Amino acid sequence: MTNMLTNPSRLRKSRARAETRFKWFGRIAIGVSLIFLFVMVGSIILKGKSALVSSDVAITVGLGPDAVDPSDIQATRFDALMKKSLREMFPEVTSRKDKKKLYGLLSVDMGFELRDQILQNPKLLGQPQKLWFTASDDVDLFLKGSVDRTVSEDNRRISDMEISWIDSLSEAGDIRSQFNTKFFTNGDSREPELAGILSALIGSILTLLVCFVVSFPVAILAAIYLEEFAPKNKLSAFIEVNINNLAAVPSIVFGLLGLAVLLNIFGLPRSTPLVGGLVLSLMTLPTIIIAARAALRAVPPSIREAALGMGASPVQATFHHVAPLALPGILTGTIVGMAQALGETAPLLMIGMVAFIADVPSSIVEPATALPVQIFLWADASERAFVEKTSAAIIVLLVFLVVMNLLAIYLRKKFEKRF
Amino acid sequence: MDSLVDIELTPQTSWKKNTIISAKSIDVFYGEKQALNNITLDIPENKVTSLIGPSGCGKSTFLRCINRMNDLVDICRVMGEIKIAGQNIYAPEVDVVALRSQVGMVFQKPNPFPKSIYENVAYGPKIHGLTSGKDEMEEVVEWSLRKAGLWEEVKDRLHETGTGLSGGQQQRLCIARAIAVKPKVILMDEPCSALDPIATAIIEELIDELRKNFTIIIVTHSMQQAARVSQRTAFFHMGNLVESGATKTIFTAPNDERTQNYITGRIG
Repeated sequence: MTNMLTNPSRLRKSRARAETRFKWFGRIAIGVSLIFLFVMVGSIILKGKSALVSSDVAITVGLGPDAVDPSDIQATRFDALMKKSLREMFPEVTSRKDKKKLYGLLSVDMGFELRDQILQNPKLLGQPQKLWFTASDDVDLFLKGSVDRTVSEDNRRISDMEISWIDSLSEAGDIRSQFNTKFFTNGDSREPELAGILSALIGSILTLLVCFVVSFPVAILAAIYLEEFAPKNKLSAFIEVNINNLAAVPSIVFGLLGLAVLLNIFGLPRSTPLVGGLVLSLMTLPTIIIAARAALRAVPPSIREAALGMGASPVQATFHHVAPLALPGILTGTIVGMAQALGETAPLLMIGMVAFIADVPSSIVEPATALPVQIFLWADASERAFVEKTSAAIIVLLVFLVVMNLLAIYLRKKFEKRF
Repeated sequence: MDSLVDIELTPQTSWKKNTIISAKSIDVFYGEKQALNNITLDIPENKVTSLIGPSGCGKSTFLRCINRMNDLVDICRVMGEIKIAGQNIYAPEVDVVALRSQVGMVFQKPNPFPKSIYENVAYGPKIHGLTSGKDEMEEVVEWSLRKAGLWEEVKDRLHETGTGLSGGQQQRLCIARAIAVKPKVILMDEPCSALDPIATAIIEELIDELRKNFTIIIVTHSMQQAARVSQRTAFFHMGNLVESGATKTIFTAPNDERTQNYITGRIG
């Protein structure tokens, strides 16, 4: 008997080999997917992290009464004042062409930046002040080390003369780099150093809000009706097949639908979170319905029987007992659907949310863009400095997604009940 | 639907006077398949009636006809009539919700709601609007738990979840939940099949106690249990009611050969 149990037969060996082989296939598969994930996230972070830092240049600006009239600050020509200050710092620059280059050290908004600083702190007026201004994208890139000094002057965006100015400024301690708050507080801009993610982020949030408000109740009601109340006949089977098909429709088709129906027939305002949210909710609906039905189906039938046996009406049984138990699953499905909607670009392109939007939208009927569309736009932009912005925007999108998923986990844990 | 409660019993023959449920020519079909065939059975008030028979004989199906739980099965059709206190529960004007408040049910597997013990018992009175105010509800909950013999064990943890109790306690909680609405009839579908012998003994004692206030119909696979708890027994076989009568008679001197074979263990 012992012999029979311990003797390694040929069959036993091959069985053991098959087990080991399968385990290793599984481990390799997990390893490969982890490598892909790390490469993707790693490269995005490496490329994007420099966008979180920006360079400032200190310029001494004469703010005497001859330059700025304290009784009427707004009447000042701030741009000219900035140019004058720059010229005074580098008096050797005389030719028109070189002066233009000199002004190009700072962002085109230098005049506005000066005005904002004065309005914020009128005490600055009276004597010359050393103030910080955003460096232009070329200077910023040079300071971050992405310009090679050894390359011949014709082949780089920044000339030897500009490099000498920058060097003298940094020797004098007039250049600093700090956390790029503008990236999170500004809207889009044609100037990379001024471009920010805020308008796209708010656009995405508003769009998702519309999407949630429309798709969640509709999907939940549809799922509960189909799962708990609808008679099981050919019609309900037909509806079920079609909902599953809807989940597989390419998203750009929903965009076309939004363009043709929502914009052209109903005349809703184009490029707005309202239309974007409606289009995305078409996409999210089947996802939530399918997840909600699966969650409802997972509630043990004994709970329904118990409730109905107590004399609860079907609606009471559903809303007192079945739906609360299915809630964690429904919420998880909803957030998965919303996360899909968050990453969706194609349908938004069709309804015009691809427009250049510099202002932060404050309502759902104002033109807006969304995070993935912003990424698409920046990836397509010609300025080199947008490369790091693109990666940084992707990081923001990923963080948004992670937050949503954490919310899903939190809600699931909160509402989960053992039975 | 109060008529179902307050109806006066029509004077009938001596033992029929005690009849509370009267099933006449019940046929049940699941799609094409006939599950019950022309069942006619009277069930006496305040007694325990057990339905026995081999698996698939239709005893559970019959039980579920009495509170119309079969309505939930799409393909199920019930024909014939069942009168409870003289009123046909399959009449079109009958409200199923009111019927089920009069005919409670305890299932094979304990199925308390995943809520607190208190909420489990209070659910029925709440949805049927039987109590007014918190104090009255607390009284009903205590009365029900006492009746179900569970009060002493759970009185200090009424607000803990009902699913945390042991299997036998859960089943008694389900009984407490059923009697909280003070039904006339309690249907029990193999209430002890998921329990150990000690829990089973407790439930059986409880059933004997409860019959003072309620009419109980119990489906069971255990013939010993039927003999122990019931006063009347009905034997089902392949969708037919073979015979019914006093439990003693069925177990000692059955009329039908099939009953004889079943109780001696030759079929089933």
